[in-house]
Amino acid sequence: MKRVYMDHSATTPVRAEVLEAMMPFLTLTFGNPSSLHWFGREARKALEEARDKVARAIGAAPQEIIFTSGGTESNNLAIRGVARARREKGNHIITSAIEHHAVLDTCLALREEGFEVTVLPVDEHGKISLDQLKAAITDKTILITVMMANNEVGTIQPIAEIGRLAHERGVTFHTDAVQAIGNLPVKVDDLNCDLLSMSAHKFYGPKGVGALYIRKGTSIKVFNFGGSQERKLRPGTENVPGIAGMGRAIELAVDGMEEKVKHVTGLRDRLIEGLLKIGDVRLNGHPTDRLPNNVNVSIRYVEGESLILSLDLKGIAVSSGSACTSGSLDPSHVLMALGLDHQTAHGSLRLSLGYRNTREDVDYVLEVMPEIVARLRAMSPVYACKTKEVE
Amino acid sequence: MARDIYLDNSATTPVSPAVAAVMARALTENYGNPSSLHARGTEAEKMLADARRALASRLEVKENELVFTSGGTEANNLAVIGGARRNRRRGRHLITSRVEHPSVLYACRRLEQEGFRVTYLDVDTTGRIDPAALPPALSGDTILVSIMHVNNEVGTIQPVEEIGRLVKAFRPDIIYHVDAVQSFGKLDVLPARWQADLVSFSAHKIHGPKGAGALYCRDGTALEPLLHGGDQERGLRPGTENTAGIAGFAEAARQAFAGREEKMRHMASLKQRLADGILNTIGGSVQNGPAPGAPHILSITIPGVRGEVLVHALAGEGIFISTGSACHSRRADPSHVLLAMGRTAGEIAATLRFSFSVYNTEAEIDFTLEKLRRAVSDFRLLAGRKK
Repeated sequence: MKRVYMDHSATTPVRAEVLEAMMPFLTLTFGNPSSLHWFGREARKALEEARDKVARAIGAAPQEIIFTSGGTESNNLAIRGVARARREKGNHIITSAIEHHAVLDTCLALREEGFEVTVLPVDEHGKISLDQLKAAITDKTILITVMMANNEVGTIQPIAEIGRLAHERGVTFHTDAVQAIGNLPVKVDDLNCDLLSMSAHKFYGPKGVGALYIRKGTSIKVFNFGGSQERKLRPGTENVPGIAGMGRAIELAVDGMEEKVKHVTGLRDRLIEGLLKIGDVRLNGHPTDRLPNNVNVSIRYVEGESLILSLDLKGIAVSSGSACTSGSLDPSHVLMALGLDHQTAHGSLRLSLGYRNTREDVDYVLEVMPEIVARLRAMSPVYACKTKEVE
Repeated sequence: MARDIYLDNSATTPVSPAVAAVMARALTENYGNPSSLHARGTEAEKMLADARRALASRLEVKENELVFTSGGTEANNLAVIGGARRNRRRGRHLITSRVEHPSVLYACRRLEQEGFRVTYLDVDTTGRIDPAALPPALSGDTILVSIMHVNNEVGTIQPVEEIGRLVKAFRPDIIYHVDAVQSFGKLDVLPARWQADLVSFSAHKIHGPKGAGALYCRDGTALEPLLHGGDQERGLRPGTENTAGIAGFAEAARQAFAGREEKMRHMASLKQRLADGILNTIGGSVQNGPAPGAPHILSITIPGVRGEVLVHALAGEGIFISTGSACHSRRADPSHVLLAMGRTAGEIAATLRFSFSVYNTEAEIDFTLEKLRRAVSDFRLLAGRKK
């Protein structure tokens, strides 16, 4: 059976070059970077080389990069860390309704500590309004956190403008760029951000590793306690093989990105065009300001979950939204924020492409999809009513 | 001797070839996100479940009682901070010891800033807590007791079973946490027998990968998560699971438990051989911690020679040891463990830690002893001349 993986926003396979970069640090130069001897020094060297690579990829200085256990930890550290560090300046945080749960839940949890949180709405395409943001900033605002590109619908936010507005008012600005690395140009100075979250396994690196960019001079408080690793911001023996893998992965992700993006964008547009032809299908997210690898559609009168399982039987791996919530029955908070009704939200499908996907993959999906949709719709009572009305 | 002699296994261990093979497969082939509904996701979820089952069976606990973390530090933080914060309405008092790992001690200091009161139990000259000191410290306000099983610097084994009995006899709802990072895969680690509610583990101390660890969390033990943002690990540890690291952890445990007693006898005999050799031939040398103590950690003070100098001298011969814990090796202040054991700053500066793995051999020990003796006599001679 043909196997097509189109769930790259959930996770990606580790590239052979990345595995190669990791292996020596598992078995041979396996030292603890805190050790003073050769094994320790070699491990530390690997750590600093990886830090250089991550820094270079996003236009930062190496000492502005902190390695974490992944995107969730990066987001938690950024938001909690800044909120608590700037507590004396104010207690107001601004975020958006379509953030990843690692951002949204962290902000909401801070309410219990006396912080006030404004959750900005988004328009039908998933964009926040800069005017609304401007109006929301008060003298008490200490942090704005808005994601660079949404993981479910792929909408890209005007990050540079948000950063400018934040800085005009002396507000710290964090962006979750987990989905952006390798898909969009990410340069911290162009984006006017003070903190930026990354996750290796979204760009062909290993799971269990991420990083947080913290602009020099940004005040931040830790929430993990122990050794003095990562300037005490992230104690615990460093995951050296994982970090070495992340360094290599980000290098490869940024290298020749334009070419890969062009390829993936072509596939995306072909996929969207084909899917819309099925009928009663709407594209979710922004028509143009969207991740080059993201397709998100609502297929009316079909349960997203049934669709995923049917496609899986054909060897096609896609998702209904974010992987983190795929086990839950609640409709996606992102699609609800875009104004979709429950039923439409439930019939949504995310196909996220990778550079290894081919035109044949796309054509295969477009070949099997109409049959599956027709079969599922035939079983849908709602669809039966609708067709009767038409008749 | 051409090969390096690595005697710093309490800092970290090399991943075994079998573990590396399991991880490589997980990274490149079985790469799905366990939360995904499709085949790639369910395969990854199965790998995660298999790993959980393998570890749970070795600890004789239920599978759903294991929470995977990014390592020992996070497991300790989650236990101590998560346990204290979640139960703050029941009380504000914690008990730990002076010789805990920094991830427990600094977590306690943080909690002190949040209004908790912490009792730090003293230890004797061998680094051991006197269980009789516990009952007077327990109060109606006590909500959590955290004690390590094996000390990472001197190898002292704490009476964790007896402490558990005392804690639970005082009040069963006091949360009892044991940091078993240095003992898992080596000594018997049985949460139920200890009556422990929480037990911390780290993969990279047992030839597993860095970046993976776990917290045993007995059914019904309430914790506040450190991180927010997903339903993974029952919400206690959100974020996409480090599946390759976790699979590597389980494989490392499987290997550690195969012939474990035989391996322990091997390590204990290496430790004995080195200890005897040093104590019998290097004048003034003293072993820190009780003999025998844990089979894989040996702490020795050699008066008159700075530990750091000996570490470098031996490194020049391809022998890798440390002065104490790795987390501590870049800091200037003396070891809190040896201080608590009543050692002077001068003695502490003259202390070495040797930590063994199953891969070490008698020949390596003999070679190490020979090089150490020579280095000590050279430095002592030099110091004598200076005077």
